[in-house]
Amino acid sequence: MTTTAQPPTVGAAHTRVEGRDKVTGAARYASEQPFDQLVHSWLVLSTVARGRVRKVGEEAVRAMPGVLAVLHHGNAPRLTTDYASMLGAPDPTVALFQHDRVPHAGWPVALVVAETPEQAREAAESLVVEYVEEPHDVAFHAGRPDAYVPEDGGAVATKGDLEAELAASSVVVDASYTTPEQHHSAMEPHAATARWEGGRLEVVDSNQGSMWVADELAKLFSLDPSSVRVRSEHIGGAFGSKGVRPHQVAAAMAATVLQRPVRLALTRRQTFAVTGYRSPTAQRVRLGADADGRLRAFGHEALNLTSTLRPFVETSAALGRVLYDARAHHTVHRLVDVDMPTPTWMRAPGEAPGSFAVESALDELAERLGMDPIALRARNEPAVGPLSGLPFSSRNLLGCFEEGARRFGWAERDPRPRMRREGRWLLGTGTAAATYPSGAAPSTASVTAEADGTFTVRISAADVGTGARTALTLIAAEALDVAPERVDVRIGDSDFGPAWVAGGSMGTRSWALAVTSAVGELRGRLALADGEIPPEGITARTDTAGLLAELAKKERHSFGAQFAEVAVDVATGEIRVRRMLGIFAAGRIVNPLTARSQLIGGMTWGISMALHEEAVRDEASGSQLGADFASYHVAANADVPLIEADWLEDPVPDDPVGIKGIGEIGIVGVAAAISNAAWHATGVRHRDLPLRPDRVLRAEAEAVGD
Amino acid sequence: MREFSYERATDVSSAVALLETDPDARWLGGGTNLVDLMKTGVERPGRLVDVRELPLGRIESTDDGGLRIGATVTNSELAAHPEVRRRYPALAQAVLAGASGQLRNMATVGGNLLQRTRCAYFTDTSFPCNKREPGSGCPAATGEHRNHAILGASEHCVAVHPSDMGVALAAFDAVVAYESAAGGGELPLADFYLPVGDTPHLETALPPGALITAVTLPPAPVAAHSRYRKVRERASYAFAIGSAAAALDVADGVVREIRLAFGAVASRPWRASTAERVLRGQPAVGAAFAEAADAELAAAQVLDQNAYKVPLIRNLVVSLLTELAEETAR
Repeated sequence: MTTTAQPPTVGAAHTRVEGRDKVTGAARYASEQPFDQLVHSWLVLSTVARGRVRKVGEEAVRAMPGVLAVLHHGNAPRLTTDYASMLGAPDPTVALFQHDRVPHAGWPVALVVAETPEQAREAAESLVVEYVEEPHDVAFHAGRPDAYVPEDGGAVATKGDLEAELAASSVVVDASYTTPEQHHSAMEPHAATARWEGGRLEVVDSNQGSMWVADELAKLFSLDPSSVRVRSEHIGGAFGSKGVRPHQVAAAMAATVLQRPVRLALTRRQTFAVTGYRSPTAQRVRLGADADGRLRAFGHEALNLTSTLRPFVETSAALGRVLYDARAHHTVHRLVDVDMPTPTWMRAPGEAPGSFAVESALDELAERLGMDPIALRARNEPAVGPLSGLPFSSRNLLGCFEEGARRFGWAERDPRPRMRREGRWLLGTGTAAATYPSGAAPSTASVTAEADGTFTVRISAADVGTGARTALTLIAAEALDVAPERVDVRIGDSDFGPAWVAGGSMGTRSWALAVTSAVGELRGRLALADGEIPPEGITARTDTAGLLAELAKKERHSFGAQFAEVAVDVATGEIRVRRMLGIFAAGRIVNPLTARSQLIGGMTWGISMALHEEAVRDEASGSQLGADFASYHVAANADVPLIEADWLEDPVPDDPVGIKGIGEIGIVGVAAAISNAAWHATGVRHRDLPLRPDRVLRAEAEAVGD
Repeated sequence: MREFSYERATDVSSAVALLETDPDARWLGGGTNLVDLMKTGVERPGRLVDVRELPLGRIESTDDGGLRIGATVTNSELAAHPEVRRRYPALAQAVLAGASGQLRNMATVGGNLLQRTRCAYFTDTSFPCNKREPGSGCPAATGEHRNHAILGASEHCVAVHPSDMGVALAAFDAVVAYESAAGGGELPLADFYLPVGDTPHLETALPPGALITAVTLPPAPVAAHSRYRKVRERASYAFAIGSAAAALDVADGVVREIRLAFGAVASRPWRASTAERVLRGQPAVGAAFAEAADAELAAAQVLDQNAYKVPLIRNLVVSLLTELAEETAR
């Protein structure tokens, strides 16, 4: 390999390789790709929350201008739906038009295909669907008698006698917290175009894993895996929602029936209805400590809802198993089945809502102990996994707190609440810990040394907007010891072979392992080639399954410390975040430029989670109310103050790439830090998200009334 | 999408003649609300008559010292106008508190007054709504109504009017001028919006097919010392959960003149006449402000989720008037 010593690539700031294409509009997203003979489709969603489809009035609609087909349970191709994919059981909505049951509001009941999107929409909105309605139940709250512990092996983890340790504790916190239904709200709505080309089903999509989608489509339509190709070149956000969803299935179904390319682009309201969401949670945290702050008892019970179709556990009680040790340590997840869509993974699934409860409770405990919240966490820092007993691959939570405290000015903080006022605003500061697992999953990649001296990397990775394509370019360039400009990374194509998805903060880590391992393989081949590269290049291809199986079993996680300063006007209930700082220990940071953006993005989600995001369910109809960005609020620019994100060196000694993943950790702990800061400002605890003005006003009235 | 025709009106008289013959037509101003409602099927006009090219885009001083604001003046132009900012600062502040820069560049004064409620039951055709389909029911009254009305509502509709601009206009006794095929007329803002009663679908007193041509602000020296404050669930780009426009003139510590109106509490911008009456001649102190707010809010009828609006509005009044009073004293 003809190379010269390169300046460092990994660890140096690099703008996105596709940045120019994106800002000039040259980058085409899924619904912008042109196709000859393209037709358009529109989903019809159930307006009832439970029942059966009695009749689909397709005749009237078929006569409307441009209409080509109306698909529904009565005429749709049959699918195979009892399979497991690389991510487990499929989302129930992919069983599109397979039966007449309506398990929840927003269930897809028909697809109208027409020559233009306008015709498809008008026909879809004119389609009369008659239902046999049944009484529904969408009421979620703590203490439902029908809550159950799911069979999932990870639902419960215990050691010691919780009740006995609580009884023996000097100080006990027993508090209940709630978080609302939240939606991913990616800027780019889901869209897919499907066509049959040369005997293969080709789908252009916006997803988090083209191989994942291709694999499930093959299974659904009983096709040979090699006869399905899914591409997803640019993705405008995903956050857990862009897996296999009804839009790909519907487009593939219609393309099969019509033998023409069919596009389905969801509306914003439809993305709220059919692309998953985070369940509301009701959590109870019980902490018992000695007077010196050492935890005797750590109890966390988390309840979330799921559909009647599939149990989905929001693993809110998982992070305590990593963060804090206690003599007695009990964590349990419970579910309640209701007539609602099946929830799914969303932005730090589990850790985001779980950290709100645990890290708020820790702050309450610190208050009662008269102890600094950071000192309390330091007192309970475990040497090994509190339940697993496994060593940590690396853990620098306390380093994050130390550096964060220094930069945030924590030492100057008066711990007493309601001491700072500025005009109509009360000011306060708060902190919280963050953690997120750093996993890796088997992936394949190929690297080709081209005859012109460049290198082409092919991996079925996805860049959901994070900068993954650029990160992989830097990683490949470093491994090859060439300038990044000489490396062309191609992603988002299932033809590149199996690879992990952009999810679980595992993408870059999993893909980097595959890419570096393929480069290692290539170096061997090139050595044998003696400098002669044929016109088709020399390609090496690897699978990391074996490598990962050899990885020592350890507690592998990212850590972080979140700090927030808020202003609260208790007369109006307004809360504004003034500044935030997050310090993270998240392994090797590949591209500081995009990493900082990603962490700041995660912290911004945290502001939204703390103060804004909340889907409202109309109990009478079982439907979501206000499924649009006018009603479903996320932080606007004016809500986002000075946010700083930075990281510590965090070497992972035995890890082949040392990358931990930063996709989710940015949001973890933010809502608690903000809520703790709101307590510090006002002296009133908030245990229900979001911290809305009406809640602040009510809490203030109750506090004054006390 | 339902097909519709589009035409651009060039003079007022032919425009109103167009609408007289076609009850299925709507005026199109900036389209910032109407077009959204067309996308979701709440509005399905057969014809749009674009009024933005009509010669109604000027802001002029009137002979008596007030201002006449053309109906197609954009929200951005209104908020930036030096005379508005000098003589009616609360109006400029109210406009700037609404929407976003892009929307304010499009939205017109006439359209702002005629915008529809953002009640989520109204904007989603899968729900019943008496305002959208008379007689179909009001799910908000028993459902989700955290941001619904505490004043002047009825069992048939508890939605609130979303305008910020309208709150300031209500405080300053604005008069709406219109043209219609049957002739022109004027409506004081106090009479412009109809009471909800059992006809929530009938929102204004404008004759059918009428076109708003201007909004006139009578001279009001007190308005020069005025302020608008809006409380919402995020720092910008959200509708109010409670707002107030206030103007105050204090002499020797006593309230000489007061203007007060509330937003997000009723189906229309709510002029707090009772509070004004109570406060005139009273000492300009917090206790008196609170008493006046309480007098206005005595009529409040709260639902399960919106009772917080009573203390919110009360606190807002005290805070706003205290600020204004302190500035006068300086």
